[in-house]
Amino acid sequence: MKTVTKASRRDFLKIAGTTAGGLFIGFNWFSCDSPKVEVLSTEEILSQAKSFNSYLSISPTGDVVIYSPNPELGQNIKTSFPMVVAEELEADWEKVRVVQANLDAEKYDRQLTGGSGAMPHSWERLRKAGATAKFVLVAAAAKTWNVPAEEITVEKGIISHKGSGKKGHFGEFVAEAAIMTAPEEVTLKDKKDFKIIGTPVKNVDAKDIYTGKPLYGIDFQREGMKHAMVQRAPFGMKIKSVDDSAARSVSGVTDVVQFGTSVAVVGNTTWPLLKAKKLLKVEYEADGAVESTADHDRLFAELMAKGKAEVKRKDGNVDAAFKSAAKVVTAEYQCPFLAHSPMEPENFFAHVQGDKVELVGPTQTPDRARQETAQLLGIPPENITVEITRLGGGFGRRLRADYVIEAVEVSRAINAPVKVTWSREDELTGGAYRPAVRYRFEAALDANNTLIGYKLRGVGMNAGNTTRENNFPSGAVDNLLIESIEHKSTITTNAWRAPITNFLAYAEQSFLDEVALAAGKDPVDLRMELLNRAKTNPVGELGYDVDRMIGVVKTAAEKSNWGKNPNVKQGFSVYFSHRSYVAQVADIEVQGGSPVLKKVTAVTDCGMVVNPTGANHQVRGGIVDGMGHAMYTNLTFENGVPKQRNFDSYRLIRMKEVPEIDTHFVDSGFDPTGLGEPALPPTGGAIANAIFAATGRRLRSQPFIEQKEFSDIKLEIKRA
Amino acid sequence: MANYNLKINGKSQTVDVEDDTPLLWVLRDNLGLVGTKFSCGIAQCGACTVHVDGKATFSCVTPISSVGNSEVTTIEGLSEEGNHPVQKAWEEVDVAQCGYCQAGQIMNAAAFLKQNPNPSMEEIDNAMNRNICRCGTYHKIREAVALAAKTK
Ligand code: FES
Ligand code: FES
Repeated sequence: MKTVTKASRRDFLKIAGTTAGGLFIGFNWFSCDSPKVEVLSTEEILSQAKSFNSYLSISPTGDVVIYSPNPELGQNIKTSFPMVVAEELEADWEKVRVVQANLDAEKYDRQLTGGSGAMPHSWERLRKAGATAKFVLVAAAAKTWNVPAEEITVEKGIISHKGSGKKGHFGEFVAEAAIMTAPEEVTLKDKKDFKIIGTPVKNVDAKDIYTGKPLYGIDFQREGMKHAMVQRAPFGMKIKSVDDSAARSVSGVTDVVQFGTSVAVVGNTTWPLLKAKKLLKVEYEADGAVESTADHDRLFAELMAKGKAEVKRKDGNVDAAFKSAAKVVTAEYQCPFLAHSPMEPENFFAHVQGDKVELVGPTQTPDRARQETAQLLGIPPENITVEITRLGGGFGRRLRADYVIEAVEVSRAINAPVKVTWSREDELTGGAYRPAVRYRFEAALDANNTLIGYKLRGVGMNAGNTTRENNFPSGAVDNLLIESIEHKSTITTNAWRAPITNFLAYAEQSFLDEVALAAGKDPVDLRMELLNRAKTNPVGELGYDVDRMIGVVKTAAEKSNWGKNPNVKQGFSVYFSHRSYVAQVADIEVQGGSPVLKKVTAVTDCGMVVNPTGANHQVRGGIVDGMGHAMYTNLTFENGVPKQRNFDSYRLIRMKEVPEIDTHFVDSGFDPTGLGEPALPPTGGAIANAIFAATGRRLRSQPFIEQKEFSDIKLEIKRA
Repeated sequence: MANYNLKINGKSQTVDVEDDTPLLWVLRDNLGLVGTKFSCGIAQCGACTVHVDGKATFSCVTPISSVGNSEVTTIEGLSEEGNHPVQKAWEEVDVAQCGYCQAGQIMNAAAFLKQNPNPSMEEIDNAMNRNICRCGTYHKIREAVALAAKTK
């Protein structure tokens, strides 16, 4: 079926005029109106490069340039967005060049990377952009050849008319296209005719990455630029006194400046700063609660027992259900703090000149960087430019602008362009963590082992709602209570890949396994029973599509040979987050008394897969991420300071610890949804459930290898 | 401060830096060769891997005073056109997510394959275990190393 969408005539041709320079079709990727087309000379484009960066441009040679507005941090958006535009344009992918756009709040809304939201937000807009451009090019060719536009076909950037045998590439019609009337409607392609979408298109930055080109913020250099590193106060503390004499005496250090609770050392290169920072003598004093991990454990216990909770969802009569229950299952789950630890440490370039600021660097939210800078300096946001570099990972850390503001502070103080770079120690101790959280689950089973009551109580830190109250199994249980409590911590916290669900899914999917055991049911059967209940006779609001969840559960059971091989102990997990559905099965074999994780099977429903390579990357990457942190990674605090300061003690998963991962995608016919996050949440649960199946040991805390359950056995990973 | 004459990517370079300055920072800050990456600074992640006389070396913990006459090769100098078999395999397999670790991964793989041209999968895993990829591209890395071994 073809989709027809309205295009606005008003916005279509902004500047009508022909030049030899080429057709520059500017479109507003994100406004509700359809794309604008602007025709500008190359000179105009170049001279106004800053204000015209949301273009699809086509040169007289037929080369197509597509600007990609969202920050690229490995989610592959810089490849998949342009694929969608090129598809509808019928461009030759070989002739498409992709350019990262700078921040432009007028041309783009949602110029950010987070929440796996870019593709669902932009899918239709990108298609319209390509289709609209194709429309004018075809109209131009029809006029030039004096043939009906309907008889014209376009393939790989070549426009042809069969009847007359005429043929030409896009570039030849650029001039004529400029004076074409805008379409009232654009027709989008039938999905079955897609030629680029759905194919494994390679990363557009691949060559530059593999040859070491300066793509990342940390690579940015500018004539006269200073370097700076910052010493930050422990959480809950402020500066009492600073003795910087030893730091200043390090050769290569040009300045030491103080702002807020931070002290920055400034110099011409990085190494002297790493040395000087160690020589800073800063005394701190308490400025609020100075917390340690032991305090958190105590707070969790207290708040879980008698904290005042906010009720997030209440169905039926929970008290009555638990009173009448034949069996009650109760368990508590807890996870530690985690840092984001992108491989590229935080860094940013800032040049403050009077009331103007230039910012360059890795950010997931360029507009936030701009707004916070404007606020700090009391200048209009328009006076601030933000160039978005490629990001060496983000995982949510670069949603904050704290490290951008540091660069602005230092540049203002020293009146020079400066790049602030964090060391790994800074990154692990400098904050904005995935906060620790504790959950208590309670389940009531009747005499027939039917789940008649379900309670979830979450205690979090700075996390707002620690639950996802309308997610499965809500809707499948008559009597249900979901509540959340928050502790305000002085430790800075932030969204971390799949916020909340990165641990909630683990806890919930492990608990469902406990319920299945108590009920004497197979874990997959229990989930199917609940899903069928939610489908036929749902209780209250459902935040998920039951059929899509059933789809991935069934497919995962089938692809993993669930329960078929007695030598393989399996753990099941399924989760809906960020609009996508992912079911996973972990396979464990016991060898020499040790559980050996051999394989994870993952089945994903993210609607249509735009780029199979990218999709596989995100699913495998999410699983490796979820697995690594569940198994190995811990961040603990002593008096407001993390104890793990670098990768020697803050353990990240490595090559030898990764099992085989078998990925499958269910084609549910829906439009594409994002994949940066949804594959991570189910992983910990699948593995923990498999460990239980293999060893009878239930893991209710992370990281696994630090739990007492593993004090006498070794958890190993071996590829199948 | 002292003058050091270095051989980097086949060229002679002179830098005036403190003796304890790690090769990593000389490359990045003094010579503008920013393809070699900083991530942990303590020999734990491999992002800063270069070749020193053909051997994969963590440049973040290699003081410049220890480099002497050794030949240093960085990702920029691994091949002229970016067509070293390992780079080609990386492109073919489409390894990168964020890409930040990949220069170090490629340099490690290139040195490893030189010394072990026909590795088993287990040997690949062992060799590549010293490089962290936070994005979790490990499956693709091993696939690309195996491909490079086959196609070189
Ligand atoms: S930066 Fe050298 S090993 Fe990590
Ligand atoms: S690709 Fe991002 S760290 Fe390896």
